[in-house]
Amino acid sequence: MSPVPGIAGALPVCTTERPATQAGLIALTILLLAVLLLLPLAVVFVEAFAHGLGAVVNALIEPDAVAAIELTLIVAAVSVPLNTVCGLAAAWCIGRFRFPGRGLLVTLIELPLSVSPVISGLVWVLLFGANGWLGPMLDRAGVRIIFALPGLILATVFVTFPFVARTLIPLMQEQGSTEEEAAITLGATGWQIFRRVTLPNIRWGLLYGVLLCNARAMGEFGAVAVVSGHVRGLTMTMPLQVEALFNDYDWVGAFTIAGLLSLLALVTLAVKAALEWRVGRRGGALL
Amino acid sequence: MKVELFELHKAFGKTAALDGVSLAVASGEFLALLGPSGSGKTSLLRALAGLDFVDSGRIEIDGRSMEGVTARERGVGFVFQHYALFRHMTVARNVAFGLEVRPRQQRPPRREIRDRVRSLLDLMGIGDLADRYPEQISGGQRQRVALARALAIQPGLLLLDEPFGALDARVRKNLRGWLRDLHDRMGLTTIFVTHDQAEAMEMADRVAVLRAGRIEQVDSPDRLYARPANAFVHEFLGDVIRLECSVAQGRAHFDALPLSDIATTCPAGPAIALIRPYEIGLHPGPGPAQVLSLHANGPLRRVRLTLAGLALEVLLPADAWCPAVGQSCTLDLSRARIYSPTFP
Repeated sequence: MSPVPGIAGALPVCTTERPATQAGLIALTILLLAVLLLLPLAVVFVEAFAHGLGAVVNALIEPDAVAAIELTLIVAAVSVPLNTVCGLAAAWCIGRFRFPGRGLLVTLIELPLSVSPVISGLVWVLLFGANGWLGPMLDRAGVRIIFALPGLILATVFVTFPFVARTLIPLMQEQGSTEEEAAITLGATGWQIFRRVTLPNIRWGLLYGVLLCNARAMGEFGAVAVVSGHVRGLTMTMPLQVEALFNDYDWVGAFTIAGLLSLLALVTLAVKAALEWRVGRRGGALL
Repeated sequence: MKVELFELHKAFGKTAALDGVSLAVASGEFLALLGPSGSGKTSLLRALAGLDFVDSGRIEIDGRSMEGVTARERGVGFVFQHYALFRHMTVARNVAFGLEVRPRQQRPPRREIRDRVRSLLDLMGIGDLADRYPEQISGGQRQRVALARALAIQPGLLLLDEPFGALDARVRKNLRGWLRDLHDRMGLTTIFVTHDQAEAMEMADRVAVLRAGRIEQVDSPDRLYARPANAFVHEFLGDVIRLECSVAQGRAHFDALPLSDIATTCPAGPAIALIRPYEIGLHPGPGPAQVLSLHANGPLRRVRLTLAGLALEVLLPADAWCPAVGQSCTLDLSRARIYSPTFP
């Protein structure tokens, strides 16, 4: 087998491997990509459409499925804006100021990334569950958090908190605050500075962070599974619904919802790629 | 706009950025804050603009105390070292910014803003750049945009932080004269920070020399050159030759060098003599100095000589007597100034 001409011609030769070895490694990579990434994605859609379009539509308008989709959208609609605002505030503090405890704050922000999602869910159960620290008190007040919408939102917010902040911190650090200082000396108020100077400078980074945050918010399984209680039609988000349907041997239903989630991922990837292309073309750095 | 500073103190941790700075700037004056990096000149400028707070002391602009007056309310024009242009706005929008953010009652109508931006850009000689973005124009042009933006709010006081620091030598030279001219025409009071003594001396009415958060001397460039208050100022303002000496009975002796004494008012004890390369005179005759090399250097001749093992560089006017290479001569150091470490 001859080496791939396009690649061998475009890059300066700096490896000592024989052409056959190079080609073998490239082929192996492509094979792995296909088997590990493309095949599963294809399977999702093939299985969903195994019994035709009608079955897919039926699976989508099924009340429990509609409820799961609605719930997922509600959870994302609350947690993404919340994390956007908090992430922006955190990034602003960390990116623009030096203060004691700054390093600790960065570590705390990244905590959800290093903690298992199951633990992220469990902490809320320990806090607000029937036998948790605050559970009995909340119970008396008639407030339900665990196995209800607030719990789902709390778990999702916790898990998705780092995305916006982590995207913006390096960006804001690099840009510095002199443009904002210039705006102050020109008489701008805090809000005017934010809207006219700060926000436009970080908009692409912010959009990128929100996108990642949203993808995770809709796709989160572990943390949500712990606090959900799996009440069908009530506390099942899309990922949970997929698992439930799968366990019921409802292949078409499970793969239809899974397909919907995959579509979300594909759209996110496409927008992300478009953003990176756009920023790259302007010569700026996104991250 | 008159500016007065009274005993300003500011410390970052244990290091003092401003250590008792008092200064008065007259209305219409062009004042340079000159000093090495870390001398507190930028801290002083930022305190004036209200971008940083001082620990103690008072700032008055036009007789009004600036205590509790925010940077936003001071209406002071500030040009940042790296210009800090809004990178996502065109040049015209950058310049219009200060007018557009005004509260509705004080904001000029859209047409007027546009006209004012246009005339400012024309005044700066960059009228054709209105629709460009900052990354599309050169450093010198950015500098002018930054200046136009600061002037758009019609400040009485203009503050410039190392305005030419990021520019190449030729552009810098052009902008100096232009900026001074602009200051005179617009009737501004200007304070600018620089570490370049030539720049300060060339542009300013008065120069304040700073060291370690203190003002060492404030004077006109002429007087600063003629009467440096201390050795630091003398050395900072240009090339000097530094010779160790000791003072006794009103005369400085060069113990290690074969040079004649110099009269001084310094107290007895160790001292240093400072003299600029063009203040040294050379006279014919067998003497202690030996000429190593000669270079014609425009109107001046650069003479390198050795004096008892010490290498010196002297600048002579082209019409002055000049020894040949290898010849010996005597040195006239009568224009040297003697500084004692304890006086003044």
